[in-house]
Amino acid sequence: MASILAVDDSASMRQMVSFTLRNSGHQVIEAIDGQDALEKIDTVQVDLVLTDQNMPRMDGLTLVKALRDNDRYRRTPILVLTTESSDEMKQAGRAAGATGWMVKPFDPVRLVEVIGKVLSR
Amino acid sequence: MSEPQSRTMSSGEFDLSQFHDVFFEEAGDNLASMESLLLALDIEQVDDETLNAIFRCAHSIKGGAATFGFQDVADLTHVMETLLDRLRRHELSITVGMVDTLLESGDVLRQLLAIRQSGSGEAIEVSELVARIRALAQGDAAAPPLAVAPRVAAPEAPAVIATQAPADAVVQPVPESSRDEGAEAVSDAMGGASLAAGERLLEVVVGPLEQPRLADDLADLFSEIPGLGSISPLDDGQLDAQRMRRFRVVTSASDGDLLDLFTFHVAREQVQITTVQSDTPDAPAEVAAAQVETTAEDGSWGLFDTASKAGQPDAESAPAEATPRADSGSPPASVVAATPATVAAVPSVPAAGAAVSQARSTDKSQGANLESSTIRVPIEKVDQLINLVGELVITQAMLAQTGQHLDTMEHQRMVAGLTDLERNTRMLQEAVMAIRMIPMTAVFNRFPRMLRDLAGKLGKKLELHTIGEDTELDKGLIEKITDPLTHLVRNAADHGIEMPEDRLAAGKPEIGTVTLAAAHQGGSIVIEVRDDGRGLNRDKLLRKAAERGLQVSESMSDQEVYGLIFEPGFSTAAEVTDVSGRGVGMDVVKRNITALGGSVEIDSTEGQGMRVSVRLPLTLAIMDGMSVGVGDETYIVPLASVIESIHLAESDVKSVGGSGRLVQVRQEYLPLMQLDQLFDVPRQTAQEGGIMIVVEAEGGRVALLVDELIGQHQVVVKNLEANYRKVPGVSGATILGDGRVALILDVSWLVRRARH
Repeated sequence: MASILAVDDSASMRQMVSFTLRNSGHQVIEAIDGQDALEKIDTVQVDLVLTDQNMPRMDGLTLVKALRDNDRYRRTPILVLTTESSDEMKQAGRAAGATGWMVKPFDPVRLVEVIGKVLSR
Repeated sequence: MSEPQSRTMSSGEFDLSQFHDVFFEEAGDNLASMESLLLALDIEQVDDETLNAIFRCAHSIKGGAATFGFQDVADLTHVMETLLDRLRRHELSITVGMVDTLLESGDVLRQLLAIRQSGSGEAIEVSELVARIRALAQGDAAAPPLAVAPRVAAPEAPAVIATQAPADAVVQPVPESSRDEGAEAVSDAMGGASLAAGERLLEVVVGPLEQPRLADDLADLFSEIPGLGSISPLDDGQLDAQRMRRFRVVTSASDGDLLDLFTFHVAREQVQITTVQSDTPDAPAEVAAAQVETTAEDGSWGLFDTASKAGQPDAESAPAEATPRADSGSPPASVVAATPATVAAVPSVPAAGAAVSQARSTDKSQGANLESSTIRVPIEKVDQLINLVGELVITQAMLAQTGQHLDTMEHQRMVAGLTDLERNTRMLQEAVMAIRMIPMTAVFNRFPRMLRDLAGKLGKKLELHTIGEDTELDKGLIEKITDPLTHLVRNAADHGIEMPEDRLAAGKPEIGTVTLAAAHQGGSIVIEVRDDGRGLNRDKLLRKAAERGLQVSESMSDQEVYGLIFEPGFSTAAEVTDVSGRGVGMDVVKRNITALGGSVEIDSTEGQGMRVSVRLPLTLAIMDGMSVGVGDETYIVPLASVIESIHLAESDVKSVGGSGRLVQVRQEYLPLMQLDQLFDVPRQTAQEGGIMIVVEAEGGRVALLVDELIGQHQVVVKNLEANYRKVPGVSGATILGDGRVALILDVSWLVRRARH
């Protein structure tokens, strides 16, 4: 049972991810883009961040970098969930400090498994 | 920490269809944005922000469509995204053909989504469109044709993550051993293996480790993944002199994939993989220390399902652009705003025939339209709220009336309370009505696209100006005014604006302008459709009307002559072009507007243009009315139709044999309608005189004879047809303070009846 920050500018995606994770007993806080995520993350306990890449205002990788720059979140697992799968993106993700990268569309079951594994490390 | 999931999961347990509605709404918004942005693109001077925003729209739709399994939508948006991506990276230059094709794709997407949403409809063949877009995307292909996978989504669950294990063990760089040497040495120890196609036999060395157990965790992890292969320890479960563990692995996975798997528990530097035997000639046997990472072919980074790998081409390999752009500050997809007065833009590409430019929004600093600042509410909820407030108003009116006769001193608190109640109710009503008010943008939005298409079809040059887009109108009215306005705009483009050559010959600019303007005026909203075309010719109209057998005379005012256009049967089939549509005449337009309680007028200057003004009440649910008494009954006359009220003397009434009575009001003779006779209501007194209300509708006036004028107030309009049935002469009903029902008069009907 963990507290997960889910970041995506698409309401339907957010709803689906929240539903999936809550169904597995996690707590979910939603944010609509990177900026919103940064504002919210300081107000609650967050065990894992799950973020989309393509968002207005602040995209996923920028968010990852911003979080890694902050001592509080240097070790927080951050998963980037996105349709983009090019090599440069993944390398950029790595460089930014993302813990992992997951491709959309995802199987909800898989998402839960993966999050479970990451959290249990 | 044990894993949180405590129940067995299967895909079937997650029903995603509950999220479909939100997705469809979102997709609709994205499509609308995309269209606006495409229309706003200036081919000569492409705005990067706009391109990015368009890209994001397509990307967003693709993401959701793929997730919810709408493969056709995902495929089409994917190929659009490919084109848009090349465009935003400036690898291709944008052309009018691309804009047209993208607009067309937007239409097709809308249709595909509609089919998905309703669950029915004929399947649409999109392969031609997709091929066309792909061809455009390849464009001036200096780059080799993109190998775009026909299926976007990976068939199985795409796999997941690699973790960067915090390297707690101090890592000594493992010396890169010569491949052949190492392979030989190892293969002796491991023995050969009979490999299936694509499989390799590997030696995996892990360490240095603190605990031997850590390596067993790796083996367990490996074994958990079905189809990955096999793993077995080559040692006795203990660390060797260098604190390493060894394993024998048979797998068809690549080194990179294995590394991603193992780095769940150990650092990358602690894993060394050596290929001993391989069935695949070009199996990438990379050495761990080199830290080269290959990615699973479905594009995910980390774990994978081996079954899905075979034959999956890479998703589009875009030429290198190092870092993804941080899209800060770009206009969010859901905002489409225009300033009240928009400026005409420079004429665009001189493509054959169609040349349309759209009034551009000069206000890009609208700011982020954060979802947190609005809530989507189903319209039924709002309607119910309005209904309830309407009932509340009626009850309050009743209380007010009952409390009228209370002695203020004795019932001080009651009276004060009723006063407060009246004020609060009124404010509540205003606030609730305001919820349904939405800006005219919702109506004006469709016209840029329509005008562009019309320009193409008609071979004319057209431009659209909009003024007062922010003007608000009740949502119910917005829906009903859209069709009439559409017809008026089509009309202006089709019949009003001349062909470019004719315009030039007349000394006018080649591009014809259609202007849409909306503004509040008193308790109404006025919407104008203007054009700078050829205008109306009075004589021609009179002649045509006479030919149709309509009652005309030279003495008719210009207004009246122009108004002839609204007469049914005025346009003939021969005139109605494909664009303006058959059977949807101006008479229908007028009737629709009148049904909404509005009025329409035409003004024109020949050779210069025409203006059609539509006046509508701000809302249908509440009306300002004048209550009048006829016998025991009370009727409500819409205040907007009332011209004046006059005391009638017997002498003013003239009988015109057979066809009724006339009354003289100043210079005019007006038909007199006696409501008591009309509605069969016994009058109070036998007198011949009474009070006369002069009302106007549809360009005509009548005088209504009533017993008394009661007062003037706002009434909540109740739909009679819904509660009873349609009654001629009556447009609705309301409940008075004393609880009785008062019928609201249909002034148009009265005027028509007087004319016979």
